[in-house]
Amino acid sequence: MNRSPHTPSRKRIDWITPLFQLAALLLALLFTTLMLLAVGAPPLQAYLNILKGAFSNVNSVANMLVVWAPLLLTTVGVLITFSAGLWNIGVEGQVTLGAIFTTWVLRLLQESALPPWLIILLAMLAGMLGGAVWAALAGALKTFGGVNEIFGGLGLNFVATALTLWLIFGPWKRPGTGSMSGTLPFPETLWLPTLSGLRLSPWSLALALLALAAVYLLLRGTRFGLRLKAVGKNMRAAYLLGIPTWQHMMASFLLCGLLAGLAGALQVTAVYHRLIPSISSGYGFLGLLVAMLVNYQAIWAAPVALFFAALNIGSIQLPIVLRLDSSLAGVLQGLLVLFVLLVEGARQQIMKRLRPPDESVPVEERT
Amino acid sequence: MDVTLHDIHKTFGRVHANVGITLHVPAGTIQGILGENGAGKSTLMKILSGFIRADRGEIRLDGRPVVIHSPSDAIRHGVGMLHQDPLDFPPMRVLDNFILGRHGGLSLGRAAARRDFRQLAEQFGFALDPEAYVDALTVGERQQLEILRLLWLGARVLIFDEPTTGISAAQKEKLFAALRLLAEQGRTVLFVSHKLEDVEGLCHKIAVLRQGQLVGEVRPPYKTALLVEMMFGKNIVTGERAPAEPREVTLHLDSLSAEDNRLAVRNVSLSVRGGEVIGLAGMEGSGQGLFMRAICGLTRPTGGRIRVGGRDLTGRSYLSFKRHGVAFLPAARLEEGLVPGLNLTEHFVLAEEQRGFFVNWEAGRALARQRIGDFNIRGAPETTVESLSGGNQQRALLALLRLPLTLLLLEHPTRGLDIESTIYIWSKLRERCAQGTSILFISSDLEEILQYSDRVLVFFSGRVTPPLEAAALTSDRLGELIGGKGWPEKGRER
Repeated sequence: MNRSPHTPSRKRIDWITPLFQLAALLLALLFTTLMLLAVGAPPLQAYLNILKGAFSNVNSVANMLVVWAPLLLTTVGVLITFSAGLWNIGVEGQVTLGAIFTTWVLRLLQESALPPWLIILLAMLAGMLGGAVWAALAGALKTFGGVNEIFGGLGLNFVATALTLWLIFGPWKRPGTGSMSGTLPFPETLWLPTLSGLRLSPWSLALALLALAAVYLLLRGTRFGLRLKAVGKNMRAAYLLGIPTWQHMMASFLLCGLLAGLAGALQVTAVYHRLIPSISSGYGFLGLLVAMLVNYQAIWAAPVALFFAALNIGSIQLPIVLRLDSSLAGVLQGLLVLFVLLVEGARQQIMKRLRPPDESVPVEERT
Repeated sequence: MDVTLHDIHKTFGRVHANVGITLHVPAGTIQGILGENGAGKSTLMKILSGFIRADRGEIRLDGRPVVIHSPSDAIRHGVGMLHQDPLDFPPMRVLDNFILGRHGGLSLGRAAARRDFRQLAEQFGFALDPEAYVDALTVGERQQLEILRLLWLGARVLIFDEPTTGISAAQKEKLFAALRLLAEQGRTVLFVSHKLEDVEGLCHKIAVLRQGQLVGEVRPPYKTALLVEMMFGKNIVTGERAPAEPREVTLHLDSLSAEDNRLAVRNVSLSVRGGEVIGLAGMEGSGQGLFMRAICGLTRPTGGRIRVGGRDLTGRSYLSFKRHGVAFLPAARLEEGLVPGLNLTEHFVLAEEQRGFFVNWEAGRALARQRIGDFNIRGAPETTVESLSGGNQQRALLALLRLPLTLLLLEHPTRGLDIESTIYIWSKLRERCAQGTSILFISSDLEEILQYSDRVLVFFSGRVTPPLEAAALTSDRLGELIGGKGWPEKGRER
C-alpha cells in the first residue's frame, strides 16, 4: 500500500490543536469562576482586579516584568531537561542555591576594593555556578546512583530551603538576632541598576531574553539539542545510534542549573538585595508549569510566562480589594495546566480515532 | 462450526482495510488466510473475534447471523482467537491462566479445572505442568496453554494469528498435529500467516487477501508460484547464494563467555572473515541474544577476548565498538532502534558523523531524501518513524548505518516482514557483504538461516555448536539441534 502516514489529516490537526488549547483556557476560567462563586466572591470583579493589578500603570507592568525575567529563566532551563526526558523538580533548589552563592560572593567582596560592577558580575557567575552544582548533584544521583531525578530533586529542594534558613539565622544573621526578613541588605552600589523610579532592571530582562533565544536555538538548530531530544524520547535507541546518553543527561542538568542559578542571582542582585527565606519565590515550580503548558516548545515560553507573571502581580491586590487570598492566581495557574494536559490527552484520543490505527503498525510488530 | 463472513467492510480513516470480503468456512476445515502485511487479514480476524466491529457486513455461525460485540462475546458464540503474542499473565501459574476468563461463581473450582486441564492436555499430547509459572514457558508452550483454555471455554472456531513465529520446529509439528486433530473433531480453524510453507503444508484451503480484498481461494494441490502471485500481484524470485570470498578476519573471539541472570554462554571461539554471514539459530532465549550483545559491548563478557579488525576491544563500551565499525540492530525496532517522535531527517542527522555545532537542516533533508530513495522507504523526510510500517522501519534502520562497517550484528532482521521486504533487506545486506562487512544475524526462521548464512552457530539453553557449514546443513538437522537433539554428550563441563 502506497500510503504515506499522517498526511491525510495533517492540515486538520494544524488548526484543531489551538482550538483545544483555547478550550482548556476556558475550562480553567470556568472552574475558577465556579470556585469564586462557591466562596461567595464576585468572579467578574476578581478577574477585573487581576487585570487592573497587572496592567493599570507603568509601575505594575514593570513589576510584572520583574517576575517575568526569573520565571522565563527557570522555564527555558527546564525545557532543556524536559528535552532530555528528565523531570528536573529540583529546579526550585537550584534557584535557591544560585541566590545563596550570589549572596556569599557579595558578602565576601562587598568590603573589597574591586569595582562594584565586577563584584556584581562575579556574584552572578557564582550564582550560576551554585545552580549548576545543585543540578549536578541531582544529575549524579540519577546517573550514578540510580535515584530518580524527581526524588533526588525533591530532597535537594528541602536541603536548599534548610540551608537558606540556617544561613539567615546562623552565620549570616543580621546584627543582633536573625530575622525572617532575611540578611542585612547590601549597599545600593551592589544593586543591579534599575530603570529610574521602577523596580525593574533592564539587565534582568536582557539576560532572560538572551537565555530564551539561546535555548530556542539550542533545541531547534543544534546537534546537541537534537541529541538531547533523542535521549529524552528513547534512551536505548539513542545509545545504539552512538549518542553518549548519560553525558547528555548530565549536560542538560548542568545547563538548566546554570539558568536557574542565574534566576536566583537576579533575585538577589536585582530584586531583594539580600537573602530571604523564600528567595526562589516558587519560580522553579512555576517554570515547570509553564514548560508543561507550552508543550515543551521554547517559542511559546515568553508569552505564557508573561501571562503567569501577570496573574501573580495582578492578584497581589486581591486581599485588599476583595478580601480574597492572592493564591487565586496559583489556583488559576494550576487549573490551567491540569486542563491543558487533560485536553491534550483528549485531543490525542480523538486524533487516534481519525487516523487509521490498525494496520499502519503491523500486528506482527509486537514482540 | 460453520463460519460465513458476508460482505465485510471496514475502514480506518481513509484506509479501506476490508473491502466486501465474503468467505465461507465449513466445519472441520483448516482455512488458511494468506496475505502480506497490511493486506487486511488481521482486521478480518479481529472482526470475527470481536476486537473490532465491521462497518458493514454479516457474520453467520452455523447459518445464523450473529452480532459480536467483544472478545468475551465471541467466546460465548464459540469463537476464540490466539494472538501472535499469547495474551496471558506471565507471573501467574499455568492453571490460574487456564481458569481466568471463565465466567462463574466466586469459587474457582481449581480441582475440577485441574482435572479438565489434564484431560485436554493429554488429548493433544501437550506436556504442560499446571503448577508451572507462565514466564518459564516457551512461546510454543504458552500457545498450547491458550489453545487448551479456549477449548475449555467452549471455542468451536479457533483463529491463529501467525502462530509459527518464534516457536521451534518440534513445537510447530506438535501445533500442526493439534490443529489437524481440532479439524477432525469438527472444529473450524482459521490459520493466518504469510509463511507459504506453513499454509501449504497444513490448510485444506487458502484464501488470499491483497489490499483489503479477497483475491481468491485455492485448494490443494497448491502451486507456490500462483500463491505468491496472488499475494503480491507479481512474481518474486529469491536471490541466489554466492559463496563469500576469503578475506581478512574481521572478528575474532577467543573463548568468549557471557552470562545474565538466566543463562550462561561459555567459551565460544570464532573467527569471521570479511563478507561472511554467520547465522545464529536457536529458540528464542537460548543464549544467542546474550552472545550477540556481548560481542558489541552491550553486555560485559565474563571471560575471553574480542578482537575487531585486529584490535582488542574486550571490555569496551558499545560506543567504542561503534567507533571501530561495529553496529548492532535490535529486534525491537521502535523500542531500541529508532526514536519515536523524531522524523526520518532527524534520524539521519543523528546518525551522521558529528560536523559542526549547528545542524544544517537543508543538507539533512537532502540526505534523508537520498537515503529514502536508495532504500526504497515508503515515507517522507518529515515522516515520524513510528508511523512507518515494520518493513519500512527496518529499511530505515539499515539506511541509518554508516559506511563502511566492519561488523554488522542483526537481531531478527526480517521478523514480521513480508516476503518482498525480506528479500529487499537481504539484498541490501548482501551489498554490505560485498563491501567486506561481516554479518552475524539471529533468526528463528530456519529457512532464513539456511538460505543466507555461510556458517551457522546453533544455540540451545546456553550451549553453542561449533560453526557449521550452512551448505552441508539440512533443515531437519538444524531443527533437531535447535530442539536440543543430536548434541554431543558433554560431561559436566560447567
